[in-house]
Amino acid sequence: MVTRLTLTAMVALALGACTTATAEEAGAPKSASATSGNLPDTPDVPYPSTYRAYPGAPTAVVGATVFDGTGRQFDGTTVLFRDGKVEAIGTGLDTAGYTLIDGTGKFVTPGIIDIHSHLGDYPSPSVTAHSDGNESTSPTTPDVWAEHSVWPQDPGFSRALANGGVTSLQILPGSANLMGGRSVTLKNVPARTVQGMKFPGAPYGFKMACGENPKRVYGRKGRKPSTRMGNFAVNRQTWLDARAYAEDADRDRDLENETLVGVLKGEILVHNHCYRADEMALVMDMAKEMGYRVTAFHHAVESYKIGDLLRENDVCSAIWADWYGFKMESYDGIPENAALLHQAGACVVIHSDSDQVIQRLNQAAAKAQAAGTRMGIDITDAQAIGWITLNAAKAMGIADMTGSLEPGKMADVVLWNGDPLSVYSRPEKVWIDGALLFDALDPKRRPVADFELGQPGEGDVK
Amino acid sequence: MRMLLTLAASAIVLIASPLAAQDVVITNATIGTGDGSEPIEGATVIIRGGKVVAVGQELRPDPSLPVLDGTGTWVTPGLVAAVTNLGLVDVRAVSESNDAAASSSRFNAALDVTPAINPASQHMLVSRGEGVTRAVVMSDPSGAIFGGQGAIIDTGADPDPITRSKAFQYVTLAERGARIAGGSRTASHVELRNALREASDFAAGRWSGDGNLLTRADAEALVPIVSGRQKLLIHVDRASDIRAVIALSKEFGALDIVLVGATEGWTVAAELAQSRIPVIAESLQDLPERFEQLAATQSNIGRMQAAGVTVALNADTIRNIHHLTQHAGNLVALTRVPRATGLSWGEALATITSRPAEAMGMGGKIGVLAPGAMGDLVVWDGDPLEVSSTPVRVYIEGVEQPLDNHQTRLRERYRDLDESDLPKAYDW
Repeated sequence: MVTRLTLTAMVALALGACTTATAEEAGAPKSASATSGNLPDTPDVPYPSTYRAYPGAPTAVVGATVFDGTGRQFDGTTVLFRDGKVEAIGTGLDTAGYTLIDGTGKFVTPGIIDIHSHLGDYPSPSVTAHSDGNESTSPTTPDVWAEHSVWPQDPGFSRALANGGVTSLQILPGSANLMGGRSVTLKNVPARTVQGMKFPGAPYGFKMACGENPKRVYGRKGRKPSTRMGNFAVNRQTWLDARAYAEDADRDRDLENETLVGVLKGEILVHNHCYRADEMALVMDMAKEMGYRVTAFHHAVESYKIGDLLRENDVCSAIWADWYGFKMESYDGIPENAALLHQAGACVVIHSDSDQVIQRLNQAAAKAQAAGTRMGIDITDAQAIGWITLNAAKAMGIADMTGSLEPGKMADVVLWNGDPLSVYSRPEKVWIDGALLFDALDPKRRPVADFELGQPGEGDVK
Repeated sequence: MRMLLTLAASAIVLIASPLAAQDVVITNATIGTGDGSEPIEGATVIIRGGKVVAVGQELRPDPSLPVLDGTGTWVTPGLVAAVTNLGLVDVRAVSESNDAAASSSRFNAALDVTPAINPASQHMLVSRGEGVTRAVVMSDPSGAIFGGQGAIIDTGADPDPITRSKAFQYVTLAERGARIAGGSRTASHVELRNALREASDFAAGRWSGDGNLLTRADAEALVPIVSGRQKLLIHVDRASDIRAVIALSKEFGALDIVLVGATEGWTVAAELAQSRIPVIAESLQDLPERFEQLAATQSNIGRMQAAGVTVALNADTIRNIHHLTQHAGNLVALTRVPRATGLSWGEALATITSRPAEAMGMGGKIGVLAPGAMGDLVVWDGDPLEVSSTPVRVYIEGVEQPLDNHQTRLRERYRDLDESDLPKAYDW
């Protein structure tokens, strides 16, 4: 207990206030613990992370090709990590006292990061009783938090770890609402509670959605919004109300406005589901009008049409490699989207939004890279790996802790049995904070969810 | 060489139709024939009159034929996507453009996809550009357990997409079928048996319309199922449901059954092999998305294949049809994962070429480079199962196909964002 508190406190100290989002910083009018009368004190940070790193041996992966996440490639190199942190990358390092892993012919990357997942809030089995991602009873629900829906026993977490090398992921509310609620960022470590998975010190995200979904869901109910202009009207009025709330000295606690004020203060990062280029441009202007920032557009299949605007506004595009044509606003999706954004100097993140694609984000990055190569846009292998590691970490506000193999960062590491940009390669070992949590060579070193125990296929390679 | 082939391919687009079958000789390529064998290096394939004439090393083609040097390229048969809604849908979520299911039709088994196939659908063009030359197209069951009569089509840039119409009937006995039939598997099984009985009556001239549940059109459409002249594709996933279908095949011996889905097929692989029922199976589904998929694993196809089942890779549950090669490549990746069961490269290619063809009764005609087969072939710029590879030429029955589509046009328009002279709308 003491250790955990110390760890959390250290992280908070290291990161500064902007990423910890206590209730007060997130817009609460008065310290919750100060509510007087006979009521007991309440914590400043509700639902705090109880994650602690599992034990790991000092480890040296020797002789592998390393993509460090920052866009650099090192051949025949050693990666050292101990006490949960990356120590060094290089050749001729002293490995005495380290568990040696032969990386000859193999590859090392940072742990893969998925910026867009619904594991846990739309878990397997995907039965109605598990449908916990969209609070589709109001077009704006900034008061809901994804962590209150996440089922930590979703078997999908283990597949993302074992087949995809995913070590961190952001779980978002769905896109039925204009304002869907807060996201939660997790370490992909099995736990009995969602608090046991929460990434210590990660800022909250805020899910917003453009376009077809909100206007369809609420238009069908005969209420606003039923059009794209209705989408904007509802959003703008909600922001105006939040601004008034923030300036009201006598305000009471209000869960919706606490989240919105956190966004206005820049403590909560906006992740905006938005497909069409013209809508993204309008949303960036709405953010300027109302005084907030969009961190990333998600699903942004038309980002390639406005790479210049996205670069100027410093907004990332979190995208699939090649999904297109399944709904009207995805009709203009092209496989060269990532490459064209790269060419424009805009930020690219490859995301999944799928319990299947999250197992193959490395292959998605490879496809997007190859589409660029074919049209004469050269993207190095190391840069393509950056799309699913450091760039994702940046857009999730955790890049100072993970996302690359720079010394001092969390030892979230994947050893691949071949080039991760090849369809023929799979993770062989995955460490999270230096602890070995998946080993393809050890049948027992893989998580099996409670749901799977005693059922057909328990503990299978999947 | 790669650049040369690409240039030639883009020139094709400018040539006005009609497209004509060519004699094609490609030499020095790495050729995967699709029959399950490993790729042959430095090989030649010869197509004449729209058909494959010869494939292999040390062939001596007629010197009068034009020769393409395939050095650095790979050649495979055109891919066969089974089963899909290709040609029935422009945009899935735009219901006006989506003919994949006739949920409120008064008919079911009589539904026939043939007149609904649209060869100009962008998905058809994109799939062709990704190497899919044939597809098994079905109508999704929605108002009844029967989806209707499916077709085998080609993806060629011509007005006639139909290879074989009314090639099969599609029925679901999975969870979904049980919901449609009235809320229980008990209902879907009696629905199917009743339909087969009424169709038998129809065939025997005993069908009067009185006291029958099927419409006349539906009863008539099921007659070739009862006699085994038309294939019956049955969608099931759970092991017990697969066993129930094996039992059905014994009860109605004439039925020509193909299983679709079979997520838990690996757990009953020996029984399936003995039944000789081919399977169009889930490949990478490894999550218990539904209670009928608890045993899901990516080793499903590998384990069934090892047990002797004829297994094709199901395209229906793959996000985009052109991900077929990626899925097949992942089955090869499993051969290097301890305790998993994958496929050899040749067998993986077969699951998206010859195996679906064989399952649909088109073995030796499509999905294989062998003498007498249709001249459907794809020239790739690298290993076709690798995610970085793409087709540079596609032939269907010896006719070279255009590879441009809505996506490639957008790519060219937005290659740069320069609007200093005119808006982007003038860039076409």
